[in-house]
Amino acid sequence: MQTEDKSALRAELKSKVDTIVKDDYAFGFHDDDVKYTFKAQKGLNADIVRQISKLKNEPAWMTEFRLKAYAIFVKKPQPTFLSTDALEKIDFDDIFYFMRAQDKQSTSWDDVDAGVKRTFDRLGIPEAEQKFLSGVSAQYDSEVVYHSVRDELTKQGVIFTDMDSALREYPEIVKKYFATIIPMTDNKYAALNSAVWSGGSFVYVPKGVQVTIPLQAYFRINSDNMGQFERTLIIADEGSSVHYIEGCTAPTYSNNALHSAVVELIALKGSKIRYTTIQNWSKNVYNLVTKRAYAYEDARVEWIDGNLGSKLTVKYPAIYLMGERASGEVLSIAMAGSGQHQDAGARIVAKASNTSATVTSKSISKNGGRTSYRGLVSVDQGCKNVRVNTVCDALLMDPDSRSDTYPTMRVDEKDVNVGHEATVSKIGDEQLFYLTSRGISKDEARLMIVNGFIEPFTKELPLEYAVELNRLMQLEMEGGIG
Amino acid sequence: MSEILLKIEGLHVNVGEKEILKGVDLEVRAGEIHALMGPNGSGKSTLSNALMGHPAYTITSGKVSYKGQDITSMPTDEKARLGIFMAFQYPVAIPGVTVTNFLRAITKAKRGVEQPAREFRQEMNDAMKMLNVDPAFAKRYVNDGFSGGEKKRCEMLQMAMLKPELGILDETDSGLDIDALKVVCEGINKVFNPSMGLLIITHYQRMLNYVKPHKVHIFVAGRVAASGGSELVDALEKEGYDKFIKIGV
Repeated sequence: MQTEDKSALRAELKSKVDTIVKDDYAFGFHDDDVKYTFKAQKGLNADIVRQISKLKNEPAWMTEFRLKAYAIFVKKPQPTFLSTDALEKIDFDDIFYFMRAQDKQSTSWDDVDAGVKRTFDRLGIPEAEQKFLSGVSAQYDSEVVYHSVRDELTKQGVIFTDMDSALREYPEIVKKYFATIIPMTDNKYAALNSAVWSGGSFVYVPKGVQVTIPLQAYFRINSDNMGQFERTLIIADEGSSVHYIEGCTAPTYSNNALHSAVVELIALKGSKIRYTTIQNWSKNVYNLVTKRAYAYEDARVEWIDGNLGSKLTVKYPAIYLMGERASGEVLSIAMAGSGQHQDAGARIVAKASNTSATVTSKSISKNGGRTSYRGLVSVDQGCKNVRVNTVCDALLMDPDSRSDTYPTMRVDEKDVNVGHEATVSKIGDEQLFYLTSRGISKDEARLMIVNGFIEPFTKELPLEYAVELNRLMQLEMEGGIG
Repeated sequence: MSEILLKIEGLHVNVGEKEILKGVDLEVRAGEIHALMGPNGSGKSTLSNALMGHPAYTITSGKVSYKGQDITSMPTDEKARLGIFMAFQYPVAIPGVTVTNFLRAITKAKRGVEQPAREFRQEMNDAMKMLNVDPAFAKRYVNDGFSGGEKKRCEMLQMAMLKPELGILDETDSGLDIDALKVVCEGINKVFNPSMGLLIITHYQRMLNYVKPHKVHIFVAGRVAASGGSELVDALEKEGYDKFIKIGV
């Protein structure tokens, strides 16, 4: 009964929101009147890296870490596993690597710069915070400008802050875990992030504490030619649980923007982390992100990953099953329209016995858009009774669009069960005829088929996000503009 | 006499280059149940699909009207909103869309207004009870993994909710065992009312043991070969389609 009420509420909320926004990409606006208190010069060199570190008053080890990473970034070639045509077009000299909108971080929306606040109001963040979140962090270009967390969580010892503050306030924990999951040498963009990282979230949940209401981080790019390099580290101590949600949007500019994040999750014994992403960057953003999680004994990690926006997304959330009975899930959707390429996937690496993971990837390509699933399943020698199941479903909306799957399996043990299935379907005349024969218009019928297709994803989202996602899908389906 | 709901005049329909319907004339009035019977390949399903506007079927000449309005080239969804319903021989699965959400969407489309959630639920529960449908049905995805009987029952459930004035039932009896057939036919009888017309398309007479037609048409080689009352069903039972095929040719 409860779920039925929920679906009715969902439908009602959806229709309400539908009437408010009828635009195509609703988040393409930007603020002209925000006065940046600091703006690094365009382009990147070691001096700028030092400057960023100095501005942030960082300890010497971090400055050194950054400089070392910068040297690696310069030397490391672009990734070669995917067609790099698009990546080659990124002009690293034409990007702003650091911008400060506000000297101080606010804990009250009243103290946030009026222009910045207006943006977050339009994105509905303060409202969402009051209604259904237990903590919010809002990043504007390079830094987090607003941050708050409910008192009861603080009293339980939960830490939810931005990465810069964490480095100042909790240096031991940061130093212990920072870059231990994703080393700076991992790939060119992880090196870049390590050199110029700014903002992002730091979460620590103490032993046994269950954070039942989600924490949310919101990432907003405002400036033209901006590079955003958030750095997130989440640690769930033994037996704890947490659900972290991130959302992101940017203005539509003719110049490209770069978002290159590094996200590290550490799920200690018996803990659970769910990390939900609704990525809705404007279609001039390169979204090149490295996300990886370690799940120790009996721990569970879930990546719920939605990719709607960006020009090119390259992202394969990874779960390393480090201890016995660790489990994981990657559930993702990707939608690519005209001029978009979503190169997304998942990596499951089993390093212990009796571990399991499922990967479900759903992609929708339309108006010549391209989606790729790129996956890795790796089982080390000696890891017995490992089960990993991958299911990839692609939906093609028209003959111009494209979808590919590139699964890789590296299994060095016999006693394992690794499966992969992939389907590609097209929106067919029979489905459309059936739905229109019931009085539904063709457009509505297409949307219904798409929403049905991604239902396994939407049903995992908190209600408000499911509503938001359905609305975004509707905008995408209506809008002919790529 | 009651109002003419459906009027088909000289209907010719092609599938690709091939002509399947070769001049069909038919009239269905409110309060009437018509049975259109024909052997395999006679064009029965072509008729229902062409009436509803399936893109693979091209009307090359002739006219279809509904309550006096020419609907020959009207888009499918508009026909449905006017009050025409077709129960599919092979209902299509819509994964991820629950029966509840689907019924809500189609009733909204048909009526032009969204009912309050509670009212809708009541109506749906009543219809499900009437058709003897398991309540768990409501949460399943439309026709996804349904048995043959469940699919046909789901079609009847939609008909009950949409309350069409003209129902075209395309081989609703196919793929049903005798128990399922009885249940579905009981449902049809419950939904049928004096302001409604039904066109039942079938190969076999067994369905007509449960739903009594007022008029029967024998359909052969793309046109109506004979029309009459239920005595035609008996004749067909005894002599098969052969006799009519000869007439038809």
